[in-house]
Amino acid sequence: MKIESIVENVTINIDGQDVEVPKGINIIEAVKMVGKGKEVPHYCYHPKLSIAGNCRMCMVEMGMPMRDRATGEAVLEEDGTQKIAWMPKPTIGCATNASQGMHIITGSEMVKESRNGVTEFLLINHPLDCPICDQAGECRLQEFSAEHGRGYSRFIEDKNVKPKRSRLGPNVTLDDERCILCSRCVRFSKEVANDDVLGFVDRGTYSTLTCFPGKELSHNYSLNTVDICPVGALTSTDFRFKMRVWFLKRTHSICTESSVGANTEIWSREGKIYRITPRRNDEVNDTWMTDTGRALYKEIESEDRLMHYSIEGVHKASDEVAVAATELLKSGKVAIVGSAHSSVEEQFFYKAIAERSGAKVSLVSHHGDGDGLLQSEDRTPNLRGALVTGLISELPSENLEVLARDINSGAVKTILAVNEDLTELGISKDVLAKAKVIYVGSHANRTSEVANIVLPSLMVFEKDGSFINQSFRIQGFKAAIPGPRGVQSDFMVLEKIAAALAGEKATAITIDSVWERMTATIDQLSDSLRWHSLPEEGVALDATAFLNLGFVETKNLKYDPVAFKEAHAALAEV
Amino acid sequence: MAKTKVLERKPLTPMEKTFLPQIVSGLKTTFGTMMQKDVTLQYPEERPNIPDNYRGVPTLVKDPNGREKCVSCQLCEFVCPPKAIRMTPGGIDAEADPERAHVEKAPKEFDINMLRCIYCGLCQEVCPEEAIFLQDVFSLSGYSREEMINNKEKLYELGGTLPDQHSKWDKKKAAEQSGNAH
Repeated sequence: MKIESIVENVTINIDGQDVEVPKGINIIEAVKMVGKGKEVPHYCYHPKLSIAGNCRMCMVEMGMPMRDRATGEAVLEEDGTQKIAWMPKPTIGCATNASQGMHIITGSEMVKESRNGVTEFLLINHPLDCPICDQAGECRLQEFSAEHGRGYSRFIEDKNVKPKRSRLGPNVTLDDERCILCSRCVRFSKEVANDDVLGFVDRGTYSTLTCFPGKELSHNYSLNTVDICPVGALTSTDFRFKMRVWFLKRTHSICTESSVGANTEIWSREGKIYRITPRRNDEVNDTWMTDTGRALYKEIESEDRLMHYSIEGVHKASDEVAVAATELLKSGKVAIVGSAHSSVEEQFFYKAIAERSGAKVSLVSHHGDGDGLLQSEDRTPNLRGALVTGLISELPSENLEVLARDINSGAVKTILAVNEDLTELGISKDVLAKAKVIYVGSHANRTSEVANIVLPSLMVFEKDGSFINQSFRIQGFKAAIPGPRGVQSDFMVLEKIAAALAGEKATAITIDSVWERMTATIDQLSDSLRWHSLPEEGVALDATAFLNLGFVETKNLKYDPVAFKEAHAALAEV
Repeated sequence: MAKTKVLERKPLTPMEKTFLPQIVSGLKTTFGTMMQKDVTLQYPEERPNIPDNYRGVPTLVKDPNGREKCVSCQLCEFVCPPKAIRMTPGGIDAEADPERAHVEKAPKEFDINMLRCIYCGLCQEVCPEEAIFLQDVFSLSGYSREEMINNKEKLYELGGTLPDQHSKWDKKKAAEQSGNAH
């Protein structure tokens, strides 16, 4: 049951046009719903934060249908329509809630004049340093000054001087002169991050944003304040002066930090990633993400990246490696150590390889502390994917002691390891030496060093695919940058191995043809679903088959295991 | 079809048949010009006077105090139609250069590919810091493609120093030091 279905709709009139909007929605959102590029300019309002109403930019004219005070009867115009009682002065849109019959004007002379006035006052003490400001290009003040401003300054006095380049925390640098005192960052820290560290000191034009004495903006969500800052006051220390935003290409992706699966946007230019920011998804991460998740792209350029297909340390072509791997897997006594970091598509192929080689599959769990927001206890992005594809049927254990015993007893002669360092998981190097190892992974480790066959794999930023997050929502991600030269998408190489194991001829496959096969065999994926047509917000899958597994996640921002179970049980009964 | 008109040509007089009048009038021009001032320039020994608004090779200039003016805002890189400009922005190390710490930004690398440049002057027009100018150098040559890419060092060498009408950053620094009135 969705909340929208029980919300009452009201009809309001925006610029002479009647629109149906949910009752109580504010005017900024109502105007956005009208579409057609219509927008009420605003700085301090943010859909996921409380209303502050301090920037005064979202002024609109508002009127209600007139009624006689004594009798309560509608007062009519001469033509029989109800008279509108306009407020004598404009009102702020963010704190005006839609009610039946409300009339709104967003573009009258009075509104334009008030926006112009607000812009002029905001620019009085704003430094003219767009050329050195990282926000330039995505700055609301810059945009609205061009759209609603005067175009020149009448202010001839000296501008205020405030602290510049102050360090707020490990990730954020503050330029107070640019701040327009919208208080978004203050409200975010208090309401979302639950770490009240920011506030204003001094009065009037001397008001200054600062950290409370003895504190710093050091929580794991500090970079969200940079995202929501409408001007260049809060800047990311990491991204500072790296690249102007208008050069960057945006690609939709998914954060791999934990099973939350926060929706992200990757900003890249010519094959180099410059930053990662959150993308709004009300079902998963609202408009936030963790600081640690933003830094994950740095591993792409790490020194120990695997760049070549190799057999016994000799570089080979991917076809030769696939043939050699197939030979090894055909010999029997195979174990697969899968990964919850692989995409759903890859796990689908590992499942096929496991079936065709008679391999026993084990996964390893990666747990950490959850923070109750967007970092869950399960630090893998796609454990649910392994369950849905049937790669595993039970939750993984912490180590591979069982596998170690099997190697020692000779029950396992060949291991296909994906992205895991087996030597750290209870299989010592001596034990590992008793088996042939095929390693698939993006980075080198002690297992890849001793592996007989190494297949380099692409990182999440370099390939297309999908993950299934903690609430069984399948979400697609797209390749932002090309991978290392010559390295193919994982599933293309896996197809060569899987087809050869079944005695078939490998075909050149695309991600959509993988999806054709997946949707045909996996119950949870409806047959018409394709990767290219996956909606932006993802698709919630039926989790009924997995409800009894003891997942480690506890309640966080958008996921409550108890409520999730109950909702699914209720659905199943219906 | 157009008809061709045949002009009647007068027959030459006996005097004209000797060609002497033509030779004499031709030599008159020759000797007359010999006495006049030269009108051609002995390029490359002599160089023409280049007007101020000439669009020659783009260069980076320094302010009268010999300080870097460019703040690597990358607007020239953005506006450049043939994508000849390439730069890597960077910050100014406040500890190494406290005098210029308030400018915050300066280019780490700045390359202009002169094989791509079309001398349009848009970079000069767009520059908010008046740091890039198309000056009077008009002939460039090199033995390799790499040589034709002007790096930051070369650009400053070509550019030299130009007078600064605004001293924006000095004013900024003065304001910072005097502080607020309250």
